[in-house]
Amino acid sequence: MYKRIMVPVDLVHADKLAPALDTAANLAKLYKIPVTYVGVTASTPGPLGHNPGEYEEKLKHFSEDQGTSHGIETDCITVVSHDPAVDLDDKLIDTAHKTGSNLIVMATHIPNVADHFWPSNGGRLATHTDASVFLVRPS
Amino acid sequence: MSDTNTGVPAPEGEAGLIDTDYEIGQDNIETQIGPFGLDIHNPVFAVSAGVIVLFVVAALIFPQQASDFFGWLRPALTSSFDWLFLLAGNVFVIFTVALIFTPYGSIRLGGKDATPDYTYMGWFAMLFAAGMGIGLMFFGVLEPVYHMAISQPLGTPSPFDANGVIIPENVEAARQMGLAATIYHWGLHPWAIYAVLALALALFSYNKGLPLSVRSAFYPILGERVWGWWGHVIDILAVFATLFGLTTSLGIGAQQANAGLEHVFGIPNNLTVQVILIIGITSIALVSVVRGLDGGVKVLSEINMAIAALLLLFVFFVGPTATIISDFGKGLVGYIVDLPALSNPFGREDTDYMHGWTSFYWAWWISWSPFVGMFIARVSRGRTVREFIICVLLIPSLVCVMWMAVFGGAAIDQVLSDPTASAVKANVIDSYSPELSLFAMLEGLPLSSITSFIGVVLVIVFFVTSSDSGSLVIDTITAGGKVDAPVPQRVFWASFEGIVAIVLLLGGGLTALQAMVISTGLPFTLVLLAMCWAIWKGLRSEPR
Repeated sequence: MYKRIMVPVDLVHADKLAPALDTAANLAKLYKIPVTYVGVTASTPGPLGHNPGEYEEKLKHFSEDQGTSHGIETDCITVVSHDPAVDLDDKLIDTAHKTGSNLIVMATHIPNVADHFWPSNGGRLATHTDASVFLVRPS
Repeated sequence: MSDTNTGVPAPEGEAGLIDTDYEIGQDNIETQIGPFGLDIHNPVFAVSAGVIVLFVVAALIFPQQASDFFGWLRPALTSSFDWLFLLAGNVFVIFTVALIFTPYGSIRLGGKDATPDYTYMGWFAMLFAAGMGIGLMFFGVLEPVYHMAISQPLGTPSPFDANGVIIPENVEAARQMGLAATIYHWGLHPWAIYAVLALALALFSYNKGLPLSVRSAFYPILGERVWGWWGHVIDILAVFATLFGLTTSLGIGAQQANAGLEHVFGIPNNLTVQVILIIGITSIALVSVVRGLDGGVKVLSEINMAIAALLLLFVFFVGPTATIISDFGKGLVGYIVDLPALSNPFGREDTDYMHGWTSFYWAWWISWSPFVGMFIARVSRGRTVREFIICVLLIPSLVCVMWMAVFGGAAIDQVLSDPTASAVKANVIDSYSPELSLFAMLEGLPLSSITSFIGVVLVIVFFVTSSDSGSLVIDTITAGGKVDAPVPQRVFWASFEGIVAIVLLLGGGLTALQAMVISTGLPFTLVLLAMCWAIWKGLRSEPR
């Protein structure tokens, strides 16, 4: 049914991702499919690295840790954006197409009034990809 | 790693990273205000916004005192520190040009294997639209004519006598000096100022791994103290100069655009129209910043450049083409020949030109340098130092020479060929209406209603491209160098800029605050000189 799960991750807030990561791992085991973790970063120095190369290393370790702890097949993709605050959704949509992911599992917030005029990342992904999108609320 | 990895231009190759324990964003506060998330630097965001509000309130409560004080401060600075501004400008030009020829020119911003983020076209359009833009629209006609006839740089006599009659023997020298003296203000010197700040930020951010913030360039001088109050003050000053530079330009620009609209279309010149203009410009800028660097700012900059190029080509081919070509050559030669004399601050008698124009311009360019320099740095990753300087210093200078030769040359030709009928002479020499000078020149050419409309559109779009890039810069500084702070923050700064401009326009105080912005040019001159040393030190520690 599903071929690959894509999980967008914001490593700065990795501590808040547990429900989404667990959900993705359980689904990966159920359908025996790999999980691709995707991180979007800028080319400027940020909290996770001086450059995209350092960011990529951290994402790689994160992906390997997830694979080991959940016993699933994982890989990761680092996408560089000039303006990640704005480009995030488009980069994720593009990456979902490129990787052939037909299930996206991602953490999301409790809806609020801002969502009426500022669509959530998950909402935009659901309306702009043909993949199934599983939004996981904070526990 | 999966072979599906399409990510990074990794590895970035060798670069001389600075070993610091500071983590980008460690001083940031991540919080939620209502439905909106915030990721702001503590205390730069709050202090900057607070001080700006305080200054605006003070300017509104004490308009006369503010006007008197800053009215005194501006000429006092430009006449007392003329030597500092002019000498520093020369240092920046010599320093940046020298870097082209040193082995450090081959160092790549972003590490040895970094690749450019933008094509030449997109890169150039963005840096040009942010750096010069609107000034070219207003001064492209005004300055060459004014310097030819009135300010008399280096004692070059006017081609007109006291009765406005042409003195034939003065014409050739005055015409050449008008262009040369203008090119001096728009050529190597302003771009060298921007290049120094941009290079410092790009080097210390992309190669040394420090946050993209003005304070980072001071690491070689201040060391770890740069993360404390020293650094906070530097960043707050940069936010301050950028926001007030943009708001006062937006307010004064709206007045000028309104004058243009009145002249061309008969639209009334009043506060209501000006407020509508500011709201319109701010709204377009908001759309641009929300669409981001690639989808908004870059697209608008490219559209802007395309329209500007069309207008330039129109004036070139429909205007006196042969004269313009001749003016281009003569203006350039005059600039090169007179450059040592024009850039010498000592023993000058042409103080109207040197204090009223040159010192003022230098202070203005320098006070704008945190904004333009930081924006240039943001879009310049992947270029070598040599490529960076050639493209930030030499090519824009050449484009400015072309612009001045075409617009200034066409205007001078109209003034000299038929002084009595020339609308340019009426609006620049006989009376001083700078906002109308461009439209007056276009009136002397065919299809003036269409070209004037394009002129008004260009004026507005140039404002938008300054406003959106400025908002991005302020957002990055007040987010501690993070470029992925929540989008509502940049919306806040773009809106704040428009609101402050409207408040100042309605309450008075625009000119006073513009004078205050210029006064930040003095401390920033010292800052930029220190940056030259920091760049040199930073480049020496880079692997080659």
